[in-house]
Amino acid sequence: MTPTPMPLDLLTALSRAECDLYSNLVTRATGRAVRGQLETMLREMPGQRMAVLDFSKVGVLDFSCADEIVAQLLLRFGAGLPAPVPAPEYPSYFMFRGLQESHLEALEPVLERHGLALVAESPDGTMQLVGIVEPEEVTAWQLVLASGGGDVDTIASFGGAATLDLHARLVSLARRRLVIATPAGFHPLRHH
Amino acid sequence: MSTVLTVPPSLDDTSFESLLQARAALPEGMRVLVDARHTRWSSPYGLVGLLTLAQSFGERAQFIPPEDPNTASYWARSGFFEHAETLYEFTRPVGKSRKGDSNFFLEVTPIAQTEDVQHVVAHIQDRSKAIMETLGFPPSSSMGFSVVMSESCQNIIEHAGGPGWVAVQTYNWEKRLGRRVVVIAVSDAGLGFRQSLGPTRGSTMSRWDDGAALEAAVLRATSRFHDPGRGQGILGIRRYVKKWDAKLSIRSGTARIGIIPSWDDDQALVENLAPFPGAQMQITIPQLLTP
Repeated sequence: MTPTPMPLDLLTALSRAECDLYSNLVTRATGRAVRGQLETMLREMPGQRMAVLDFSKVGVLDFSCADEIVAQLLLRFGAGLPAPVPAPEYPSYFMFRGLQESHLEALEPVLERHGLALVAESPDGTMQLVGIVEPEEVTAWQLVLASGGGDVDTIASFGGAATLDLHARLVSLARRRLVIATPAGFHPLRHH
Repeated sequence: MSTVLTVPPSLDDTSFESLLQARAALPEGMRVLVDARHTRWSSPYGLVGLLTLAQSFGERAQFIPPEDPNTASYWARSGFFEHAETLYEFTRPVGKSRKGDSNFFLEVTPIAQTEDVQHVVAHIQDRSKAIMETLGFPPSSSMGFSVVMSESCQNIIEHAGGPGWVAVQTYNWEKRLGRRVVVIAVSDAGLGFRQSLGPTRGSTMSRWDDGAALEAAVLRATSRFHDPGRGQGILGIRRYVKKWDAKLSIRSGTARIGIIPSWDDDQALVENLAPFPGAQMQITIPQLLTP
């Protein structure tokens, strides 16, 4: 079973972090405080977790906050673990909505510095990968999206990719939290 | 017994150096009188620099404000006197009315804690879109401008170890460039780059001085932290500066480093300047030229 998506309200986290005078995510201290609140919210979710972080009401996002909130959340919940390190028992997945061009200008360099990537939903509902991804990973990810998920053979049938190669790429994507791995196969991150 | 430091008639990042040279030559133990009587104009860099200069003296210095009523009125509206009176002993009273000035994006503002940065970004955000558009910038540039402001001010909180100042002004730089410019000036009298980076980075370098520290921070995005996520603020500022053909200049200790656009003839690295504590940053963004 794939996890139930749970929206995490950034402005609520900002408010709980006692920074609710503004809707801007700026300064490292603010980023740390907001991440702390988001981590608390996440821990209240049972089992595998999929959080939807909505940036649509966020004004300015600076590099420090992009690093403290987005990169550190991804890293702390397992997205940056090297291959030999076992994944956490209950991994967390993150999907990002409402990212504007100005947010991406701060996010992309931060993701690049850490070698991370994330799944973002565009305003028109289309999904895209942001950050550091190999072309083969993008192809595999798009197949998961197009197929709606399933076992490797099912996913491969949507693009004619060699099953063996595809499996390795899907494992890598799951390790990076860009697709969800379950006993039934690999599934796209979706919030609806 | 006092010794006099004369503020140049036109005070900007270049002429401020003459003030610092005179400061470096001061005999120890002398009380300082900063004489701005004949000063007719100051850039935001000059104004925040004068506040940092006051912080750099062991004993509270005296200050003679500009005689020219227009200059005095302008400095009052910039908020300079309000803060200067907490640091200098004024030789005569000055008006402190802050009615605001359309040329000031952001009046002289103290930065001591995270909330100050939040306040600055919120203030800038409200005004930046309209003013940046009058300089020919697309609306999207205002968000980046706010990020640059945030990261510039955060350097004070994260690295200076003490309070600092920021001011942003737009004016017509007719003589030098024939265009309007937006100038961001940030200054503190804190640790400076060499001392901030030194404990973690200095020992790994064959040469470690103010110039080397500035090169490490500005050109290689080196941070005092080993976390690869740190040091991205200045890197981001550099990107913004390149994108909009702007100039970035950072002075710390005895050196100054710059990201120099084609319209300026400054040197990329200047060393052996008069020593001055902390760090002083200036970003000059020129009006966009229409093709």
